[in-house]
Amino acid sequence: MATNVLALPRASQPTGLMSWITTVDHKRIGILYLITAVIFFIVGGIEALIIRTQLAAASNTLVGPNLYNELFTMHGTTMIFLAVMPLNSGFGNYLVPLMIGARDMAFPRLNALGYWLFLFGGLLLYSSFLVGGAPDAGWFGYAPLSERAYSPTHGVDFWILSLQLLGISSIVGSLNFIVTIINMRAPGMTINRLPLLVWGTLVTSLLVIFALPSVSVAMFLLLFDRVFSTSFYLPNNGGDPLLWQHLFWFFGHPEVYIMIMPPFGIISEILATNSRKPIFGYAAMAFAFAGISFVSFTVWAHHMFAVGMSPAADAVFAGMSFVVAVPTGIKIFNWLATIWRGSLRINSAFLFAAGFIGQFTIGGLSGVILAAVPVDWQVTDTYFVIGHFHYTLFAGAVLALFAGTYYWFPKMTGRFLNERLGQLHFWFTMVGMTLVFLIMHYVGVLGMPRRIYTYGAAQGWEVWNFIETIGAYLVAFGVLFFVINIITSLRHKATATNDPWDGQTLEWATSSPPPAYNFASMLPVNSPRPLWDAKYGPHGEFASNPKTVDLSGGGTATVHLPSPSIWPLVLTIGLSIIAIGIIFGFDGGPLALDISGMGMALQSLPIGLVTGIVVFFIGLIGWVSQPAS
Amino acid sequence: MAAVDKLEQGARRADEPLKGVLIPEHVETSTGLDHRKMVMWVFIASESIFFAALMATYLVNRDKVSLEEGPGHLDLAVASFNTFILLFSSLTMVLALQAIERAKKGRMIFLLVATAFWGLVFLGGQAFEYIELINNGITFDTNVWSSSFFALTGFHGTHVLIGIIWIVMLIIRALRGGISEHNHLAVELGGLYWHFVDLVWVVLFTIIYLI
Repeated sequence: MATNVLALPRASQPTGLMSWITTVDHKRIGILYLITAVIFFIVGGIEALIIRTQLAAASNTLVGPNLYNELFTMHGTTMIFLAVMPLNSGFGNYLVPLMIGARDMAFPRLNALGYWLFLFGGLLLYSSFLVGGAPDAGWFGYAPLSERAYSPTHGVDFWILSLQLLGISSIVGSLNFIVTIINMRAPGMTINRLPLLVWGTLVTSLLVIFALPSVSVAMFLLLFDRVFSTSFYLPNNGGDPLLWQHLFWFFGHPEVYIMIMPPFGIISEILATNSRKPIFGYAAMAFAFAGISFVSFTVWAHHMFAVGMSPAADAVFAGMSFVVAVPTGIKIFNWLATIWRGSLRINSAFLFAAGFIGQFTIGGLSGVILAAVPVDWQVTDTYFVIGHFHYTLFAGAVLALFAGTYYWFPKMTGRFLNERLGQLHFWFTMVGMTLVFLIMHYVGVLGMPRRIYTYGAAQGWEVWNFIETIGAYLVAFGVLFFVINIITSLRHKATATNDPWDGQTLEWATSSPPPAYNFASMLPVNSPRPLWDAKYGPHGEFASNPKTVDLSGGGTATVHLPSPSIWPLVLTIGLSIIAIGIIFGFDGGPLALDISGMGMALQSLPIGLVTGIVVFFIGLIGWVSQPAS
Repeated sequence: MAAVDKLEQGARRADEPLKGVLIPEHVETSTGLDHRKMVMWVFIASESIFFAALMATYLVNRDKVSLEEGPGHLDLAVASFNTFILLFSSLTMVLALQAIERAKKGRMIFLLVATAFWGLVFLGGQAFEYIELINNGITFDTNVWSSSFFALTGFHGTHVLIGIIWIVMLIIRALRGGISEHNHLAVELGGLYWHFVDLVWVVLFTIIYLI
């Protein structure tokens, strides 16, 4: 291999910006995921604020209907694919190898590829604003609304192609997580001793693997409809809009669990540590993860009660949807039992985690209400539904991700976040979100439909919408405190020890932040709480004189680590050029080279597509020529 | 627990942190299975859903058009020949793996070339089928049946093409000395993918041409 000019020299150690661009270290990739996703979260939040400001008064004219459609489409797509999912990937990337006692992920370069595809997918989606208009058919892209005839700008094309890039990102990330978790556990860490965040990540990854290809196909077919004039979803020509809905929701429903499982894991870790108790009912929690994920594949059509399926289908999908409440209920009771009689440490992380339990339960309950077919018929496509899923995704996923940030920030940076700002953040968020999302249920029952850019004063919704908007701004102030907190805390001195919260899992057994190789040595693992066992003894023998643990080897151990690589970025650039080449390379677009004069059957050549494929292959050859480790 | 006790017996002062046992330079995987082999299987599981969604699309659109508008122009003889070719290519792939396991590198390269060749023959048969349809006025956007047919077989054909490129890269690697009887996992992985694509075709053949 030494003769291969494409391979980077093994010993190269880039510094500065280059060291981040070529990094294959799971901790750095995790941090890149987190920072990028927080930026997209803020952008999606600004879109939400514009939506709420528009709706604050009846017959408001701040934004027109077209921009409003773009805003709610981009808000939904951003929050799901560019904020919550990558935040989960960020925490997973950073923490999973540390929690299972591994030195990196199974495929470090694949890990980097996942990040770059996420970044470029997000940039591709947002570049649509600059070239002719953002997607405007909703995050669910219902055909035929998303077809060329009803959505004539390139917005939906951008949406399709960027979601395909993000889909590849999620798939490669999930493949990596699955192999890492199954194959790289420390000796003694059986599947039934995995920390619950690792369980959540494993289950989520399996869901991604089995759910995402369905929407990938759905979007390819939509792309064919838009670019090659097929009619998969056009009823006039024999197509079927319901095909889109089935393919989409077969992914779309597992997707909500994809977003919420890792937060469930985060909450479990935080509540156990901050109650100074083991998690209550570990096995039941693990089985609940598996149970929810299995059932999640049997409930997709509860999004489609209103389209007129047979009563038998309605009944089955409603029944399975009720079943989801059982494992979810098990989790909620186990969290409560974990706190019960614990010696509580009430800090920002704990507050967010405890707030999560209460608020998420509301979202779960309104979900059970919506699973009842007659009720769903009544409130479908109203603000009741918006209230429901924001209670699961904001009150669920986002609160847990905030909690996780307060909890693991010292591990990632060596610095603590400010408690006072953290608690301000908590109370603003809690009050604000209740004002926005609880009232949405009520307005929905009053009959306010979703996806309308304004409403008349005679409807009587104005005062409620105004209060919701105040709530949205309170949430925004909370996020502002959060961002200020992160920026100011990073300027303080690093004071965090290995184990600032008296943790139970292995990430607290190494330094804060951990050395590049994570661990120089390893503890024996005999339970889900290896660090706790080492500090206090498996039966509390050392409780009177607890030990401290340091597996970092002082940060100076010499460990062979995988070489940095530029090829994940090159592959990503190739795929991005392919995406742009598809959008603009057909129907006389700017990237369609006219070769009709050359006497070939082909009239025009999509040069962007061809260029992208060439770049992709250069990246691929570089990748396979570089030694893997 | 015994291990914890052993740590305790080490020469450790009371105020020094526990250090655990050093991690060896080479760590076995938890399952004993190579990472790359495991990821290949999980990837194939994911691909199955991809093709399942395409097949579902084909099946819901299959009976929406009359025979003259599409399915009647399919050529069962060509498709049967193609099926035979692809199954045969799986055989040469298996034999290639067996050859390198027995340290017969030359034979492996020959069999890989054969596999890639059969793959190309399959694509040729596919192209023949496409041209026949197009000559009968049935193209990608003619009706939902033709769209579903071209999408389903087109995605499968793309997978075959990727498989051929994969095998060519294996051949190049083998010629440059990157594959030996002690280091042939790459052949096994390429084989897994090739057999999967082959298996998908068996299902496609059944739902498109037989039922």
